[in-house]
Amino acid sequence: MRRRRLSQWMAAIVSNSYLSGWLEGRIYQGKLKMICVPFLNCYSCPGALGSCPVGAFQSLAAGFGRTLSLYIGGLLLAIGALGGRVVCGWLCPFGLVQELVHRGKRVRRRLPKALEKVKFVVLGLTVALPFVWRDGVGLAEPYFCKYLCPAGTLQGGLPLVAMNPGLQSLVGWLFGWKLLVLILIMVAAYFYWRPFCRVLCPLGAFYGLLNPLSIWQLRLRGERCIDCGACTRQCKAALDPTKLPNNSACVRCLECVKACPTGALTFTNKKPTNRAFSGRVLKY
Amino acid sequence: MRGKAGPSLFLLGLIMMFLGLVREEALQVLGKAITLCLQCIGIG
Repeated sequence: MRRRRLSQWMAAIVSNSYLSGWLEGRIYQGKLKMICVPFLNCYSCPGALGSCPVGAFQSLAAGFGRTLSLYIGGLLLAIGALGGRVVCGWLCPFGLVQELVHRGKRVRRRLPKALEKVKFVVLGLTVALPFVWRDGVGLAEPYFCKYLCPAGTLQGGLPLVAMNPGLQSLVGWLFGWKLLVLILIMVAAYFYWRPFCRVLCPLGAFYGLLNPLSIWQLRLRGERCIDCGACTRQCKAALDPTKLPNNSACVRCLECVKACPTGALTFTNKKPTNRAFSGRVLKY
Repeated sequence: MRGKAGPSLFLLGLIMMFLGLVREEALQVLGKAITLCLQCIGIG
């Protein structure tokens, strides 16, 4: 098994390894839930041991205290500053699900650039709405989780509703809507590589902003590049790593690094030297 | 800008986390996360 796939499976299994929850249809209520995982993983999933940063951030912001969580913001900033979207490519369980749905498709489909910007709007709304859109008594809701998050439906909604007759009686239009969103994303994932991550994920948008700033970065050694195009052909997100190695759309799966026959592309924390980067102007 | 801001942002993130922990935000997260989020699963 490839290292990246193994890492994705390990993250998915470890973060959702509360067996009693899966067997009895309830959620884990222990102290590990103080810890936020760095990827989208619904804390209402019966197996979840940690908290979802997006869900927790929104829930804290939605309360009467309107807490802007330094703990969650700081955690995401620190992790993003280390490797940008490495978390998306190597750890996120919902990214894994989309890749499994897409498995075997060799066609690289480019998404319209405008669509890839939508995730930044989703990020802005995810952060801002719980602070500003409040009901009569002054409470808000976790709007992203409620109306958009397909991970919550897949990991939490479907298993919990299937196992709890009490919840089945409460199913209404919202569950139908979230199921529709999940189905649409899965259909899109069949044709496009990781469409949710590229178009809608607020966490991916945040980490993506840190891609050009992170300590570990994709670097191109101009003098070694022979313009063979192997990296571009290998990129499932249809990006060109030789033009924009640290594009915010890149989930850093690092397949391009593996594909490069001359070692011109590296994922490193070393600072570039003039000699190593001579002969090519990189745009960031 | 390339890569230079990374260490500073990393440090800022750690400081923010520390301040958040001092404000007992981890306990607030726990309080939210041990309750079934009906909105998250599409019921609330």
